[in-house]
Amino acid sequence: MGAHRCYCGWRSVEAGGDFVRILTTFFLAIIAITSGVVVLLGYFLPGIPLFAALRTAFLNWVMILAAMAVFVGIANLFSVHFQKLKIKKDAAYSVILLIFLAGTFILGLIVTPAGPAMDFLFSSIQIPIETSLLALLAVSLLYATIRLLRWRANFMSITFIITALIIFLGTAPLPFIGPLPFFSDWLRPIIVQVPAAAGARGILLGVALGTLMTGLRILFGADRPYGGK
Amino acid sequence: MSIANSDLVLYGGLVLLIISAVLVLVFALLRKEFPYTLRDIPTFARLRRAIGLAIEDGSRVHFSIGRGGLNMPWSAAAFVGLATVRRVSELTSVSDRPSVVTSGDGALNILSQDTLKASYVAAVAPERYDASMGQVTGLTPFSFAAGAIPVMRDENISTNVIVGHFGLEVALMADAAERQDNFTMVASDNIPAQAVLFAAGSNPLIGEELYAVGAYVQAGAVHTASLRVQDLLRWALIVAIVVGAVLKLVGIL
Repeated sequence: MGAHRCYCGWRSVEAGGDFVRILTTFFLAIIAITSGVVVLLGYFLPGIPLFAALRTAFLNWVMILAAMAVFVGIANLFSVHFQKLKIKKDAAYSVILLIFLAGTFILGLIVTPAGPAMDFLFSSIQIPIETSLLALLAVSLLYATIRLLRWRANFMSITFIITALIIFLGTAPLPFIGPLPFFSDWLRPIIVQVPAAAGARGILLGVALGTLMTGLRILFGADRPYGGK
Repeated sequence: MSIANSDLVLYGGLVLLIISAVLVLVFALLRKEFPYTLRDIPTFARLRRAIGLAIEDGSRVHFSIGRGGLNMPWSAAAFVGLATVRRVSELTSVSDRPSVVTSGDGALNILSQDTLKASYVAAVAPERYDASMGQVTGLTPFSFAAGAIPVMRDENISTNVIVGHFGLEVALMADAAERQDNFTMVASDNIPAQAVLFAAGSNPLIGEELYAVGAYVQAGAVHTASLRVQDLLRWALIVAIVVGAVLKLVGIL
């Protein structure tokens, strides 16, 4: 009997929690859908001042929230690496990240982000590291292209590799020989301007349609990135 | 009175939006009367198998949803990533280890944590939610990739679902995932990223297949209906382009 009472109590607490959660989800959906519809109306009906003003206000709020979210993201990065210190494995990388994160943040507060010290940090550390990763990407892609034939030795893969080779030959002059006119003046422009441009436009149209459908799903409340179902 | 070109684009867009919305609603409501068969994409069959194996061996599923800011045109790809997280993490909620989500944007990280929480609540396992499983790994393209690679290596991952807005840096992530011998599904809305993923990923999604993920992971009737409308609109566009080209050729346009 006692156990039964406890069970009922637990159920009522759970039911109460569920009710609050459903109510919160409902209101979040109402706010999100209304905001989306108002911004759309402001875009499509610029002649109605109320919708245009609301659209501008909502978009300004988004800018402020997005800027705040960057700060939250940095806090998350700090927190994740702080927790990694307890695991010990690869903790040295986390220590370096935390020291430089805190150091850059404090320096930014003192000299402002537009100061020469910040500019030095950015152009001497951030840019060279990202550029070296880009160079690493070139090597990685070369290896991936070789591996591609092992994974998918089909017509599309062979076409991909031959096309990449033609574009390379048409773009970079060979040592001691120089540019190859057949590739650089004739074959490469044809590939870039006809099949590649047509394919890219086709993909862009598909992406635009996909974006439209994703927006509609959010407006219908079928996709709720803010939680709930 | 002539209508300006910008007005024509605006009203054309509005008409397209209304027609699409009506069609999505109609197809979602009449899904039993007019069933829709999805074409076979082998990557999704492999994803289902990989999810099953991850649950069975108690390993983790890693989602990476990219750097698509919410106030940017490419936020749609990020929303597709979030919908994938929502559905797949609900399926894997019974696994011994919870899913982990990496992103390169603060707002996206907040939404990924919220989405993970909603998945565990829906799976009646809210106690399994851990906020630290939604991580920002970096805020610039390559720092994001460099931060996500150790997650793939160290967190006992068996399946990687890399879906969202990525640039060329995604090739490094795909390559790292392949070296771990994990199942890796990769998709981006960015054309150069798609080109490098064709070579670097064993299971890439090309073109607008990214936007079909929701329908293939059975995220709901509206996802299937929207994919159906997307296909219809694509055919309408193809017909319009061909007719336009013919009219131009014969000198009418």
